[in-house]
Amino acid sequence: MKREQWGSRAGFILAAVGSAVGLGNIWRFPYMTYQNGGGAFLIPYLFAMLTAGIPFMIMEFSLGSKLKGAAPRVFSKLNVKLEWLGWFQVTILAVIGLYYLAVIGWTISYFKFSFTQAWGSDPNTFFFKEYLQLDGSPSKLGAIQWHIAIPMAIAWAVTFNTVFRGVKSGIEKLSKILMPVLFVMVLFLIVRISFLDGAMNGLNFMFKPDFSKLLDPKVWAAAYGQIFYSLSIGFSIMLAYSSYLPEKSDINNNAFLTVFLNCGFSLLAGIMIFGTLGYMAAAQGKEVTDVVNSGVGLAFVTLPAVINLLPAPYILGPLFFLTLLIAGMSSHISIIEAIVASLIDKFNWTRHRAAVVVCGLGVIASMMFATNGGLFLLDVVDYFINHFGILTSCFVELIIVGWIFKISDITQYANHHSEFAIGTWFIICIRFISPLVLATIIYQDLYTTITKGYGGYEMSDLMTRGWGVIVGMLVIGILINIFTRPSSYIHSEEA
Amino acid sequence: MTGSAIALMVFGLCVTWGGVAVCLRIAMKANNKK
Repeated sequence: MKREQWGSRAGFILAAVGSAVGLGNIWRFPYMTYQNGGGAFLIPYLFAMLTAGIPFMIMEFSLGSKLKGAAPRVFSKLNVKLEWLGWFQVTILAVIGLYYLAVIGWTISYFKFSFTQAWGSDPNTFFFKEYLQLDGSPSKLGAIQWHIAIPMAIAWAVTFNTVFRGVKSGIEKLSKILMPVLFVMVLFLIVRISFLDGAMNGLNFMFKPDFSKLLDPKVWAAAYGQIFYSLSIGFSIMLAYSSYLPEKSDINNNAFLTVFLNCGFSLLAGIMIFGTLGYMAAAQGKEVTDVVNSGVGLAFVTLPAVINLLPAPYILGPLFFLTLLIAGMSSHISIIEAIVASLIDKFNWTRHRAAVVVCGLGVIASMMFATNGGLFLLDVVDYFINHFGILTSCFVELIIVGWIFKISDITQYANHHSEFAIGTWFIICIRFISPLVLATIIYQDLYTTITKGYGGYEMSDLMTRGWGVIVGMLVIGILINIFTRPSSYIHSEEA
Repeated sequence: MTGSAIALMVFGLCVTWGGVAVCLRIAMKANNKK
């Protein structure tokens, strides 16, 4: 079975950007900037982009393109005893794919609500009480809410249809439409919002620099964390996507381009969000600090409240939620594609079979997030996956590639295939800077979580739904590694 | 907006979108050579 390939370079870049640009760029980056020194945060952020984001992206593009596989096959080819890391990354994806879809489902509902501002004058009560019907805890989920489950099923159908069609006719085709549309919509919203009263005041709050924060190590950790979370690196997606690159495809320039586009989009999203918050503060006679928000609260409470105040809310409201929807869908498609690619590599399944199995099981399993306690479960699982799953996976990958194997092989491969060469800078970043920063962040998070817990949840919930999930994923990876034939032995002649 | 806020916003946009422009230029040059 011949490995599928991207039809064009633009198709690959747009798909990679579609994966990297997600909800986090819109609802996390602006708040992180505001909270960590405003405009001054851009200095550590851009430094982290150059010393961690771009080198990691080059490393993943090189590994995927050279070894022609998703994570399990790539690590199995490096050493058969390392296949567990690939499956650990795939299980991280599987869990993210479930809860991320729940947020996309909410976004679909809110896209519909936004035409008539169905949330009324109190979006907070509407979201938590009427829409989510929030009750229980991470371990007491309650009944499935069908008004949430149906939009989730619709989102699964879109992902399934795209992945089922394949790399060129599904993912590439859709990315070539969705990504330009996303950028144009964000630009349109920025232009429209910048003419509203208070928008510039909002931007001032986001970018006003507090240079004293640059001396705070936590701000630098936050900048590196944001880069690692937002680029889809360290959990198989970029390995799978680059494994579809045709021979002689560029590595270095494509990696630079993908990272620059992702970070550039984050800045645009920040301008859009803080311009909007500035308008809201002015309209309500409040300070921007009183209305600023992030995450689920920003998307489903603050944004609806702003939309209520906007001129022509029936146009700008749907545009806001369509922006979130496209950013979320393109990332979810990449998550499922990386899982499907791993199963095809491992079990030699057809794409159609793998897509049916993954999406079929996914649609059923994701329903646990459509329950009364779904948001609580999502919150706990998301925290542990982000803070311990992804970061640990990135750290182990860097140690393996940077210290156990010859990093010079990767540099050589990347330079041989690229329009410009990289050198010592890349090696220093992969071997020293990135692992050191990641180890610091993981230690900090571990210390905080062990001593203070998280979010006021009961320890039993954190043990089972948090630590339990992480340990479970690790055990699954190790069991697959021990008890199955290595991915690298199966159809290795393709590579 | 204060001058420093504007300067940092422009700095961020220039690094990222300027980077995109440089990468595209390199890609176009390489494509023309082929």
